Amino acid sequence: MIEVKNVEKSFGDAKVLKGITTTFETGKTNLIIGQSGSGKTVLLKSLLGIHTPDKGTIAFDGRIYTELSDADKRELRTEIGMVFQGSALFDSMTVEENVGFPLKMFTTKSAAEIKERVNFVINRVNLQNANLKKPSELSGGMQKRVAIARAIVNNPKYLFCDEPNSGLDPKTAIVIDNLIQEITKEYNITTVINTHDMNSVMEIGEKIVFLKEGILAWEGSKKEIFKTDNEAVVDFVYSSNLFKKIRKAQNKEDE
Amino acid sequence: MLVRYLSQIGRYFLMLAEIFRKPTKWSVMRSLIFKEIDDLIIDSLGIVAFISFFVGGVVAIQTALNLTNPLIPKYLIGFATRQSIILEFAPTFISIIMAGKMGSFITSSIGTMRVTEQIDALEVMGVNSLNYLVFPKLIALLLYPFVIGIAMFLGISGGFIASVYGGFGNSTDFISGLQMEFIPFHITYAFIKTFVFALILATIPSFHGYYMKGGALEVGKASTVSFVWTSVTIILVNYILTQLLLT
Repeated sequence: MIEVKNVEKSFGDAKVLKGITTTFETGKTNLIIGQSGSGKTVLLKSLLGIHTPDKGTIAFDGRIYTELSDADKRELRTEIGMVFQGSALFDSMTVEENVGFPLKMFTTKSAAEIKERVNFVINRVNLQNANLKKPSELSGGMQKRVAIARAIVNNPKYLFCDEPNSGLDPKTAIVIDNLIQEITKEYNITTVINTHDMNSVMEIGEKIVFLKEGILAWEGSKKEIFKTDNEAVVDFVYSSNLFKKIRKAQNKEDE
Repeated sequence: MLVRYLSQIGRYFLMLAEIFRKPTKWSVMRSLIFKEIDDLIIDSLGIVAFISFFVGGVVAIQTALNLTNPLIPKYLIGFATRQSIILEFAPTFISIIMAGKMGSFITSSIGTMRVTEQIDALEVMGVNSLNYLVFPKLIALLLYPFVIGIAMFLGISGGFIASVYGGFGNSTDFISGLQMEFIPFHITYAFIKTFVFALILATIPSFHGYYMKGGALEVGKASTVSFVWTSVTIILVNYILTQLLLT
């Protein structure tokens, strides 16, 4: 579980996060949503330790990041898996080398053990026969799978995904969403996804945190988002006519 | 403007300190060093050999063509070739050429990693990205003096061949010119310069790649800026070292 308490972050005069308090639960897919410029990426980067909050605390199962020693921070980082928006695979490495990288860097496993684990994880993300390919030879969806495989290979406790569906067709996006959700359940990981893809919200949003201009404007589940009267959420989530119709139909069904 | 330059210089020295913090696991580092030796040293040998040989030849021909007075001995061709190649051409001008070849390779490869979030990925995993990316280049470039040694040898060989087979003098004159008033410290001086230039070649392009912002276009711009600053630094350091070591 990740507990965020009263987190504030400014860049110069611009206050980007204005006292965010929320909890990201273990074994659930937690989504951060909001318009561009709402502070989603800054919150995610603060969770990752890339940005240090000006005020407030972020605790990983009780361990407050800013209060940890350098060694403990390093230890905590090995418990984190991250899927970047552009996958961020190492160009010079094959799929196998990319996925095995965290094991090679942070474990004392033998080459044979690393290979076995890498093959297992590659199979888990349904990417057979791609072990020796370079990232440039893969499609966007396949690159995302490799990024997920790399993120989970070292059995992380926390998985962060920045716009995992960006640039993917709707069908592949759903496959990736479902894969992330399955992995979250299977390994009981605290997963935090930064997205503005409403399909993801409807598909895997077990806990949704909505940011507006640096403020946590609403939080709840995908079921609750259909019924909320929060204008900011309704305005953002149901900005398309299709979603307005879905909401109407869902509410009618519930009545 | 001045403040900006000073802050960049400060940042550069902070980067140097960071390179040596939190070292990468040796088994991983070893393979990175071998890869960098291949990319930076082995891959440069061809162009260095080609340029050195022909520039050495040109230096000998130019010297010979300027010796119009029959009282000036022909062995000066060998002497001038040796002095030009050992003191300046091999260490300094090859380093400027390498600032273009190696430097732009280093800046663009690290810059591309920056824009595609690969450096962020390393940091999130808990890897000291500066140590991972720059330290192997520094170690690989400890072999750079060998490249310059080869440039010296081939430059003088080119001068010899151009002089003797071009009909500008005989081999005895050229070789006695090579041996004339030879000061062994000049070799030491050349290799001290080479060593310092190697450190510049590894770190300034890395700095420009690592701290770049933007997209693909900016990677190209960063490579150009990196070449300019690496060359300027090499020229300035060359002047300072010459003043310190030869006067």
